[in-house]
Amino acid sequence: MLTKERLHARHASVVLPLAPMVILASSVMAVAISPLVSTHPLLGSSADILVIVYLLLTGSAAAALAGLDAGTAFGGMGSSRAMTIGALAEPALLVAVIALSIQSGTSNLPGIMVSTLAHPDWVLGPSRLLALGALLIVVIAETGRIPVDNPSTHLELTMVHEAMILEYAGPELALVSLGEAMRLGLLFSLLANLFVPWGIATHPTAASIVLGTAFLALKAVLVALGVALIEVRSAKLRLFRLPELLAGGFVLSVLAVVTGLVTR
Amino acid sequence: MAVFLAALSLCIAAALSAAALPRQWRVPVSAFLGSLGCLLAFGVAMSILITGDVVTFHSAQVLPLTGLSLTLDPLGAWFVLASSFVGVAACVYNVGYAKGAMASRTALTLFMVFVLTLLAVPAASSVMSLMFCWELMALSSLLLILTDQSRHPDARSAALWYGAMTQAGAAAILLGLLVMTSNAGGQNFADLSAHAAALSPVMRSFAFALILLGFSSKAGAVPLHVWLPKAHPEAPSPVSALMSSSMVAMGVYGIIRVGDDLLHGGTVWWWIAVALLGVVSAFYGALHATTSTDLKRLLAYSTIDIVGLVLIGVGAAGALNDSGQHAVAHLAMTAALLLVVAHAAFKGALFLAAGAVERASGTRDLDLLGGLIHSMPLTALVVVISAGAIMAVPTLSGFSSEWLLLQGLLHGFDVSSTPTVIVMLLGVIALALTGGLTAVAFVKAFGIGFLGQARSPGALGAREVPTSMVLAMGWLVIPSVVIGVVPGLLVPLLNRAAASALDTAVSSPLARGTDLVVARFGGAIEPAALVVGLVAVMLLAWVLNRGLAQRRARRVDAWACGRDLQTPRMQYTATSFAEPLQRVFADVLRPQTDVEVTHVAESRYYEQSLMYENRVVDVLEARGYRPLIAAALRVGRGARRIQNGSIHRYLAFGFVALLVILVVVG
Repeated sequence: MLTKERLHARHASVVLPLAPMVILASSVMAVAISPLVSTHPLLGSSADILVIVYLLLTGSAAAALAGLDAGTAFGGMGSSRAMTIGALAEPALLVAVIALSIQSGTSNLPGIMVSTLAHPDWVLGPSRLLALGALLIVVIAETGRIPVDNPSTHLELTMVHEAMILEYAGPELALVSLGEAMRLGLLFSLLANLFVPWGIATHPTAASIVLGTAFLALKAVLVALGVALIEVRSAKLRLFRLPELLAGGFVLSVLAVVTGLVTR
Repeated sequence: MAVFLAALSLCIAAALSAAALPRQWRVPVSAFLGSLGCLLAFGVAMSILITGDVVTFHSAQVLPLTGLSLTLDPLGAWFVLASSFVGVAACVYNVGYAKGAMASRTALTLFMVFVLTLLAVPAASSVMSLMFCWELMALSSLLLILTDQSRHPDARSAALWYGAMTQAGAAAILLGLLVMTSNAGGQNFADLSAHAAALSPVMRSFAFALILLGFSSKAGAVPLHVWLPKAHPEAPSPVSALMSSSMVAMGVYGIIRVGDDLLHGGTVWWWIAVALLGVVSAFYGALHATTSTDLKRLLAYSTIDIVGLVLIGVGAAGALNDSGQHAVAHLAMTAALLLVVAHAAFKGALFLAAGAVERASGTRDLDLLGGLIHSMPLTALVVVISAGAIMAVPTLSGFSSEWLLLQGLLHGFDVSSTPTVIVMLLGVIALALTGGLTAVAFVKAFGIGFLGQARSPGALGAREVPTSMVLAMGWLVIPSVVIGVVPGLLVPLLNRAAASALDTAVSSPLARGTDLVVARFGGAIEPAALVVGLVAVMLLAWVLNRGLAQRRARRVDAWACGRDLQTPRMQYTATSFAEPLQRVFADVLRPQTDVEVTHVAESRYYEQSLMYENRVVDVLEARGYRPLIAAALRVGRGARRIQNGSIHRYLAFGFVALLVILVVVG
């Protein structure tokens, strides 16, 4: 795709070629500062949950702007829907991770993982399980899987994410897709690492990093299998039924915080 | 102090020159003097924040009976910093903007007086001085709303709402301060502060409640916000910018000054009330911002949202301080103060940009705009950066302050009192909910307004605005970037302001440097490194995109599902963009939608015309204020019955009143 011709819609502006770069950059940086293989992320110590959430939000906003750029009905439809879903999913994501950070006393992700390693009994606590439920819903929504969005649909009217990036072709589509794939991988891995951090490298030695990579791959594949199972077992929800699902996720995450505070 | 007085004098000179000079001179001269005055005030505020000095001034000549007292401490200086920075931009912007009604003698003079009062209010240090500056600020801004009535027919009703609310608020503030003055023996803030402890707890709470009422209505906290989305959009744009970025900050300043400084913190319950006001405002403002289609109204509602977040920070700081968690309280106050300055810059820039859009296209209705990025690229750039800051894009200013606020709230959970913990929790939830909603509102504002195709002839014919306006907007983008990329540089200044606000000598948990690091809690953000990384990846992506394809992009028609026809009318509008969210939150927003279908006479299956109308009115206004106003009018009509114009009856009233007074006194 990288060697194909670049096509731009007639009324599009500089936003159209810029948005894929922003999407990719926000995903790459979110991955770079996340503790995936090791509790010492690739880049610095700013692995704060707020940074990652808002980096992903930046990517979504860039995609939504790209959808509006060409001035077509489909692009606007996709942007509007994606932003609506994002606006409802993002609070649940933030509050669910805050439930974890209350237990650990820090909003720094490696900090949360290290303290979970030290207290294995937390994992099956009620607060953790509620937060897990909320995060699962959010991850499905944020990555656009069934029942929230169908990434393989060919009918424009049912599209959410695909409608937004309908105008992309060639190398720009490649960048967007790469960014989205990294985002999916990141969210799956974070979901796995936040709840089952075992296997993650806590010291920057070669052996533990190789082991950490292997464990991460295993865990991410397991999460992916779980999500695939959900996709197979369920049908896509009507757009206006989605708020109920996402509100459910939000309520779960608030309950997780409350139980976390009560059982502290 | 001499320099600060010089700054104020320059603003007075600007006002006088606006009143005296002929038309072609009055705009540039007053703008020059005004912006110079603001720059000086900015310098003074900076030096006070760096050195920690407190400067005072008293003149018996200016105000009768009591004289004018000014004191600039780090807390006041922080707010002067915000209003002077925006003041510079507003004055410069006016050079290109002031035409017609805004270039008139009255309007320009009032404008300079408004700028002057915004610098003076945070420095006033006695009850009389504060009320004098406060009322001057309210009056000048009220008259400025009425500048261009012929083109803004709604301005008159907006001014009426604003006038009523601001006068009621000022009365509440005055009453509250008088309660405090009653046993202080003087009306200087120093006296009030020294004798506040002697007041009974009930009277102290009473005074704080009154003052909170007055100041929060100026800050635009829900439910006292109704005037704000009416008045801010109707004012000329430089005035809207000042109102929305600096004047609402004065409301926050008042709450901090009186509650934390003069009354020494009071009880936890005061601050829980403040934080709850903040939670409601943040959610309500963000939600209405997503459904507004008028660009300036959207910005006004988003002001209510940000003020809500600031009040959450102030409330959390107060509550934590009263619970003995001084370090975390310091952190929360730091976050609130940083957000005030960050908001002043990005909201100022956005209001100025909205004015530029209105000037260029003749409308500020998003449903009629579109495609402005092609004709107004510089304005578009300003909007993208400022909107990014307000959406809390990492590496921009909104993110730094919201991250600090979250740190403050998270570590506030360690406090033992359950009500405080509940408020912290509500604060976190409000922060999370408004994040997503704000993103929708500003993707809509930029995406619909600036991208796509023009939806009206006005938008199609738009041209970039004059250089002075662009420069002014660019000036206001600087803080968004600086606070975003190197927030740590402001930490020493912030520490002084927060310490002076909370009246404690606790050392800040924030480390010095260019990043924000709260070592004690293991929290850190490194935006500068993030910027480097983001730019590097974007460059790499650019190479992948351009380098391998080796060809200019070919222009093709957009995908239309096989149809040939694509008209601008087919695009999503601001209304349709927000429609899903409007449905989701229908219980709060109560939208009114009418669909009227007229069928062709021959067959019911074909429509002749279709009318769709969608209105979102402020529920609190319709359900809360309208009945109140109706009741007030009824009482007024009832009172007319005993006032029939007969002189005998009035004499009888006077006699009865005298008797009653004699009986009561005797």
